[in-house]
Amino acid sequence: MKARVIVTLKSAVLDPQGKAIEGALRSLGVSGVQSVRQGKVFDVELAGNDRASAEGALKEACDKLLANTVIETYKVEFAE
Amino acid sequence: MKPAVILFPGSNREQDAVRALRLVAGARPQVVWHADHELPQGTDLVVLPGGFSYGDYLRCGAIAARANIMDAVRAHAAKGGLVLGICNGFQILCEAGLLPGVLVRNARLRFVCREVLLRVERADTPFTRAYRKNDLIRIPVAHGEGNYTADESTIARLESEGRIAFRYARRDGQIDETDGPNGAINGIAGIYSEKFNVLGMMPHPENYIEPEIGPTDGRGLFESLAGALKAA
Repeated sequence: MKARVIVTLKSAVLDPQGKAIEGALRSLGVSGVQSVRQGKVFDVELAGNDRASAEGALKEACDKLLANTVIETYKVEFAE
Repeated sequence: MKPAVILFPGSNREQDAVRALRLVAGARPQVVWHADHELPQGTDLVVLPGGFSYGDYLRCGAIAARANIMDAVRAHAAKGGLVLGICNGFQILCEAGLLPGVLVRNARLRFVCREVLLRVERADTPFTRAYRKNDLIRIPVAHGEGNYTADESTIARLESEGRIAFRYARRDGQIDETDGPNGAINGIAGIYSEKFNVLGMMPHPENYIEPEIGPTDGRGLFESLAGALKAA
C-alpha cells in the first residue's frame, strides 16, 4: 500500500523560506501568487493491505519522527 | 569530573568539547558512540557537541535525538545529571524533548559564523557559577538554524521560571532581538531545563578558551562545571 505524508508548518509559525520563495516568484514575474508556505512530502510504501494498521503506523511515524509537532502538522493521503 | 561527549555521525565539534574539558576543567572526557546503549560508569556530565548530525536531514538534530544513547542521556538527566548541548547539541536536546521549543532557520536565512555578545542571565547554576549575573561575554556562533522559538505559554513559563541562560546582547547590555544573529525570540541564546541540570545553547564556549586563539570568555562555563562537580 502506498501513502503520502504531508508535513507543513503550523499557520502561526513564520516561514522565512516560504517568504523567500514568494519573493523569488514575484521577481520572476509570476503573477497572482499571494503567499507560499514550504513543507515536506514523504512517499511511504507499507507492507500489507490493512488500511487501519497502515494509518496507525503512519501516525506513529509522524509523531515519533516525521513531524515536530511543536511547529508542524501532518496529514496522510492514501493512493487509490 | 567524568564527562562523556556523545559522537553522532556528522558531529564535528566533539574534539573541541573534549579539548575544552581537558584544558579548562582538567577532565579526561570519554567519547561515546551514539549507537551505544549505556554511558560509561560514573558519568557526571554529558556533552552533546556541535556539528551536523545526519547531515541535518529531516530537521536539525531530529534523527540524532532518536539514537540509542539518548535513552541513557534521558535517564541521566532524569536523575539530575548534568547535560550540556552546544549548537547541534541544543537542537538535539529540543528534538529529544529534554528542552522545550525548537530551533528553526535563521530569520535572515543565512548561515551566521561570527562572534556575538551574550548576557549571562544568572550565575547560580552549575554551568555559570564562574560568571557574574549580567556579565557580557564574547562567544562565537556558527549556525544556520539557531532561531529559537516556542509557543507563547512555553516562552512565558521559561521567562517566569528564570530558565533563560544567555541572551544575545548589545554592548550596552540591552537585548539584541532584532539585530541578533538569528531572530530568536527574546534574544534567547540558551535555556535550562526545569531543574537547571540541562543547558542547551547555540554559541560555542568551547572555542573561546585559549589566549593564543582569541578571547577566553568561554572558559567560565567549563570552570563552572568543574567547580560544581567537584563540590558535588
